[in-house]
Amino acid sequence: MSTTPLTERIRADRTPMTLEEYRAAGGYDGLHQALAMAPTDITALLKDANLRGRGGAGFPTGLKWSFVPMDDNTGLKYIICNADEMEPGTFKDRLLLEGDPHQMIEAMIVSGYAIQANVGYIFLRGEYKLAAQRLRTAMAEAREAGLLGRNVQGSGFDFELYLHTSAGRYICGEETALLSSLQGERAVPRAKPPFPQQVGLFGRPSVVNNVETLCNVPHIVREGVDWFRNLSHSEDGGTKLYGASGRVNNPGVYELPIGTPLREVLEEHAGGMKDGYQFKAVLPGGASTPMLTRDHLDLALDFDSVGKAGSRLGTGTLVVIDDRTSIVGLLRNLEHFFAQESCGWCTPCRDGLSWVEKILAQMQAGAGQPGDIEVLEQHVRDLGPGKAFCAHAPGAVGPLDTALRYFRDEFEQAIAAHATAGGQ
Amino acid sequence: MAIIYVDGRPIEADENTNLLQACLQAGLDLPYFCWHPALGSVGSCRQCAVTQYQDENDDQGQLVMACMTPAAEGTRITLADESSSDFRASIIEWMMTNHPHDCPVCEEGGECHLQDMTVMTGHNYRRYRFNKRTFRNQDLGPFIGHEMNRCITCYRCVRFYNDYAGGTDLAALGQRNQVYFGRHEDGPLENEFSGNLAEVCPTGVFTDKPLGERYTRKWDLRSAPSVCTHCSLGCNTSPGERYGVLKRVQNRYNGDVNGYFLCDRGRFGYDFVNSDERIRRPRMRGPDGRTDMDAGELLERMAQMAEGTSLIGIGSPRASVETNFALQQLVGEANFSTGLSAAEQRRVELAREILAEGPVATPPMRETENADAVLVLGEDVTATAPRLALSLRQSVRNAGFERAAELQVPSWRDATVRELERHHRSPLFQVVPWATRLDDTARYNLYRRPEAIARLGHAVAHAIDPDAPEPVGLSASEADHAADIAETLKQAQRPLVVSGTGAHSEAVLHAAANVARALHRCHAQPEQVGITLTLPEANSLGQALLGGEDLDTALERAAAGGHTLVVAENDLARRADGDRVRQAFRASRQVIVLDHLENETTDQASAVLPAGTFAEADGTLVNNEGRAQRFFQVFEPDPVIQESWRWLVALAWSLDAETEMLWWSQLDQVIETCSRSCPELGGIVDAAPRADHRVQGLRAAREPARYSGRTAMDAAVSVHEPGPPRDEDTPMTFTMEGYGGPGHTDPNLIATTWSPGWNSEQSVNKFQAEINGAMAGGNQGRRLIEPAGASDWYPAVPEEDGEGWRALPYHAFFGSEELSAASGPIRERVAEAWLGVAPEVLEERGLDEGTEFELRLDDVSVRLPVRALEGLAMDCVAVPVGLTDLPDHRLPADCELIGPEAN
Amino acid sequence: MTAERIQAFVLSDEEKADIDAEMSHYEDPGAASVEALMAVQQRRGWVSDEALHAVAAYSGIPAAQLEGVATFYNLVFRQPVGRHVIFVCDSVSCWLCGYDDLVQSLCAKLDIDFGQTTADGRFTLLPSVCLGNCDHAPALMIDDDHHGPVQADELDRVLEGYS
Ligand SMILES: Cc1cc2nc3c(=O)[nH]c(=O)nc-3n(C[C@H](O)[C@H](O)[C@H](O)COP(=O)(O)O)c2cc1C
Ligand code: SF4
Ligand code: FES
Repeated sequence: MSTTPLTERIRADRTPMTLEEYRAAGGYDGLHQALAMAPTDITALLKDANLRGRGGAGFPTGLKWSFVPMDDNTGLKYIICNADEMEPGTFKDRLLLEGDPHQMIEAMIVSGYAIQANVGYIFLRGEYKLAAQRLRTAMAEAREAGLLGRNVQGSGFDFELYLHTSAGRYICGEETALLSSLQGERAVPRAKPPFPQQVGLFGRPSVVNNVETLCNVPHIVREGVDWFRNLSHSEDGGTKLYGASGRVNNPGVYELPIGTPLREVLEEHAGGMKDGYQFKAVLPGGASTPMLTRDHLDLALDFDSVGKAGSRLGTGTLVVIDDRTSIVGLLRNLEHFFAQESCGWCTPCRDGLSWVEKILAQMQAGAGQPGDIEVLEQHVRDLGPGKAFCAHAPGAVGPLDTALRYFRDEFEQAIAAHATAGGQ
Repeated sequence: MAIIYVDGRPIEADENTNLLQACLQAGLDLPYFCWHPALGSVGSCRQCAVTQYQDENDDQGQLVMACMTPAAEGTRITLADESSSDFRASIIEWMMTNHPHDCPVCEEGGECHLQDMTVMTGHNYRRYRFNKRTFRNQDLGPFIGHEMNRCITCYRCVRFYNDYAGGTDLAALGQRNQVYFGRHEDGPLENEFSGNLAEVCPTGVFTDKPLGERYTRKWDLRSAPSVCTHCSLGCNTSPGERYGVLKRVQNRYNGDVNGYFLCDRGRFGYDFVNSDERIRRPRMRGPDGRTDMDAGELLERMAQMAEGTSLIGIGSPRASVETNFALQQLVGEANFSTGLSAAEQRRVELAREILAEGPVATPPMRETENADAVLVLGEDVTATAPRLALSLRQSVRNAGFERAAELQVPSWRDATVRELERHHRSPLFQVVPWATRLDDTARYNLYRRPEAIARLGHAVAHAIDPDAPEPVGLSASEADHAADIAETLKQAQRPLVVSGTGAHSEAVLHAAANVARALHRCHAQPEQVGITLTLPEANSLGQALLGGEDLDTALERAAAGGHTLVVAENDLARRADGDRVRQAFRASRQVIVLDHLENETTDQASAVLPAGTFAEADGTLVNNEGRAQRFFQVFEPDPVIQESWRWLVALAWSLDAETEMLWWSQLDQVIETCSRSCPELGGIVDAAPRADHRVQGLRAAREPARYSGRTAMDAAVSVHEPGPPRDEDTPMTFTMEGYGGPGHTDPNLIATTWSPGWNSEQSVNKFQAEINGAMAGGNQGRRLIEPAGASDWYPAVPEEDGEGWRALPYHAFFGSEELSAASGPIRERVAEAWLGVAPEVLEERGLDEGTEFELRLDDVSVRLPVRALEGLAMDCVAVPVGLTDLPDHRLPADCELIGPEAN
Repeated sequence: MTAERIQAFVLSDEEKADIDAEMSHYEDPGAASVEALMAVQQRRGWVSDEALHAVAAYSGIPAAQLEGVATFYNLVFRQPVGRHVIFVCDSVSCWLCGYDDLVQSLCAKLDIDFGQTTADGRFTLLPSVCLGNCDHAPALMIDDDHHGPVQADELDRVLEGYS
């Protein structure tokens, strides 16, 4: 049995398998097995497997699905794949989508069946043109083969799958904003509760999951709970697509047991720092995850361990920061991103982040002013969870918070520089 | 009721509301922006943050948005702690990063919710050192000014305009901190309720444009409680004046009637008061043409002329009860005409009969929002009773609220409920002559000729209750529709039938009455069934209650010769054929006309007296619900202009009439006499307090306490300070020396709302018994009509339609109503005259809109460009009332339509 | 927008077919607002005011709502663009790996700034959030093609393919 179930069928050059090839490699077996099961049993399986969401928040998938009302037949239910992948530093879902589109489709059908959703959408970011093209081809093959449409494989279960290509904006990845976006509206998040499982797309029960999360589902159905839990080095089940970017020798995506230590990912898989660069810090799971430093190198990269260390596993794709990088400049880049991508719905995020960005820009230019750090700190406080409307703003200030704590001297210097130059 | 603890103090709260509403209800000051009592909560501004504690032992607490948190039993919160008050101050500080410091030149200044909230949070020191963003503004038409730089992005505008009012041409554009609220391009806002944006917007982005063009601060406006005169619904208004110019009309909350909102006709129709067409001097027509004349002399001459004649009085449904009653007193009951054409009088009288003698009550307008199934029969409600259309739009939300309740989502969670409404909408059916602005709310719309509308209505009634008369020869599909509508209405808990006089069809009213009666008979709780009828004018129902002969009869009598005709506030040309009016006038010894504006009738009168408008007079109007409501004089006009009833008293003196009215010097005397002599109007004494009423020992003030420059206002004319005008007629003063703040027990006397710290219209929450509910002291006005249940089915079901072209009355939202059409801003929105035809008529002939057609009605004809009216029957022409030279009062009528044939 | 200008703009049959197809994918056809605009943009490079009105008229989605989404999403162009659009990733991984140099060379070479189009109408230069090509930083995307890592001295070779 494989230890890299998600990526083992992906070829080095990423050319995807045809339906025939995919089937020959064991593809759609999971679907066959699933269609023979009671839908709720699949959800129970996921609970036991302790599959946690790979989109960033790590919410247990089985639990999420269990909130779908199974006796509600008054209208459609929806299964939605979050393939918006726009978190800076994140490029793992793209590999799955481009490299193994049938795996994605199989995952959608099985998941749709489990919650008895007759319609699925893959919400794909607009820039993933190649993925779109490959998914379309694979979907056409699947439809032709009776895997999509009415009466999937003679099971009596109908399943329509549509590809929605987005027109860009990071906030579309937030699961409730994604629903607004799919409805053809501005991608503005929604208040919870009620959760999408109750009131989701077009007001109907809906489940939104990440690409990687969903791709695990057919494998769990096929190989079972124990296999899945054994893949892991932690309480969380399965493997994780880790990644690394920045000044490392082997930037890329690596499927490893979930809970693999940071050092191992960094040194063995990412190949360590490039010549002439030293490790300074890392954003462990994309731009919205608080920084970890040298002190955390032995941390196991699973949801709980990273959480305890004051950060989040996020998407598991490491953004490695080297010693030649200015932290103030880095934060300016990050906050520029977050300010730009604010949807503009709630005040703290909309107006707070642009203030943060402007201060950081002046600091980066050596024109910081006394009091700026305090203003930044205030923003860290006032943009936290529960204060802004959604998790975008808290995500934005996580790295800032840690940067101000771990690298405060760099901020102080940015102000001092200005003071010595005669500024005030 | 639940008990919640706010800073340790127990507070009673309705557990169906949220913490913000509960705090405001308890009189606490908690700032907010995106919440609005009528719009519910979305939690976007984050201004209402408070700290919530799990229990007594929790000393950490957690920040929550009060507007998004239910007021559940035992909830513990603090507003006073540092962390939540600091956070609230941060919110304002963020909003202020881009807000211009232009309060001195901002139209909102002095009544700005943002100013109020800024002071409330204590943000007063600017730390943000970067540039502010700027936007380009749009031209949104004659009603609403646009200054986007002032926007704080609370989203209230689009939530009101799109979600609440059904508008489609305003949107949030852009993103991040560049969100722009505007149209996709410059152009007038299309929705009929756009004016409310000026009140809904908490800052000066959307402002009252006509006010802006002759600007006065709120604190410098003299205002009075008033009632809109531009349709029959009687929305409560607060008109404001300075320097003798009426400058704006704002909404005046009435929990039963209009709530928080007005339509644009009501808000911007007032400007006829300032019109150049105003009659400002008494005048007489002599051998050498018209001469302005001193009132005394004029009255004397009229008396001379009147000698030996008998009087005929013609009243008006747009004049107050008092004016009409005074005229009736002057001329004697037998010589008094309501001023309604015979046909209109029959319809209005029928409506009165249905409401007063039928079994089914008419709900107050706000209650129509609770209906869970509505049938609109024959009425284009948005055109004839606009504010009602806004309420009906809310009624379809009830199924969404119910579904939300099942999911334990509170009704005030606006965004969520609106998602649920995609699949859960209460039924509303329209059977109407053409596509209307309410179509999007309806489960389905059936477009029919008036006879067919009535027949379908009767069929519905019969399907509900087989005892109801049955239309013969109904087609199968029509029977199916009737059965479907009947079944749905029957199953509803609070069904409502809406109809009116807009189609000029008694048959439609009969059908509506029968549907209501049928529902009443089969409903488990018959008192839950409602019928709402819209009427032509602001006091139509008052006229029906007062009684009198119709205009046609009066004109006929006058044509016999030798009368003195007294016409009060009525342009007869709008209600009778010009020839007949001219004939009657010519035959009369003299024609005395009292009115506000020049029109065809004043043009032909022998004497014209300048009558005070609603803003210059007091009086009572009876709305379509049968609610008598008092409007109060806003300001003292030029002393020559008087209330019509006072002119009539003067006339009585000079004619030496023997009547009690000679002793009338105060409005209360008119009201009391009227109430005594006309039992059906008996209740009008209770519509508002008598003149000797006092509020905490004081009169109620028309001017705010901060009214400035009173002693200097006229200094350019005379340095001698004039005494303040006295008000003999009401318990109000024209000055600020009176009671103004909250704690009023009589809502009828509240001109505008203000409370310490609350300068904006949101201060109304300090005057309500319950937020969104009734005013403290009960809602304004007094209902005069309750159903007696005496009448029977209306048996006459009309025949199938005849052959040939029919001309139908079409009520244009702008232009068909007489007085508002003379208002400057409205005039910009009134279309050139046109005729409406079915789109198929143009398609068949390959013609475009705008092609001229000729319409012949017996002896008259017009040539006008046509418009395609979706849904209009192929053999019907819609004639916009008041816009063409055709005699609207004759509609519907057989006609001939002649246009270019296919080319 | 004058009626004549609106009327002068006609959606092609292909555009209409695309819009129809997208609208059929949702229980509320109005949900296809972005796709409807993109159907036009795909063929015309951008969404003009006339196009916006035409899509509104064809789809029944109010023009204001279309403008609401058009101005929200990054990839809907409401202004004309060059024959090719270059998106330069300005997010963190690319920034760490030489974004500044790349942009400097690119701007110098094309003689334009972000948001501008070259005089010959060949390229429009736009910043982009993370392109999901972080392991090939610094990255850029031209039309539908991803490139990375692109060092400043490789620009000529990369741009060559786009005339
Ligand atoms: C601002 C923001 C952006 C997000 N972007 C993505 C994304 O691009 N892809 C994704 O899978 N999840 C994203 N998420 C997380 C989703 O909200 C959601 O948690 C996830 O799709 C759930 O799937 P999972 O349980 O399978 O992880 C984002 C969250 C936030 C707050
Ligand atoms: S935190 Fe607020 S403004 Fe930011 S993305 Fe979320 S809802 Fe939008
Ligand atoms: S009023 Fe509560 S968040 Fe805006």
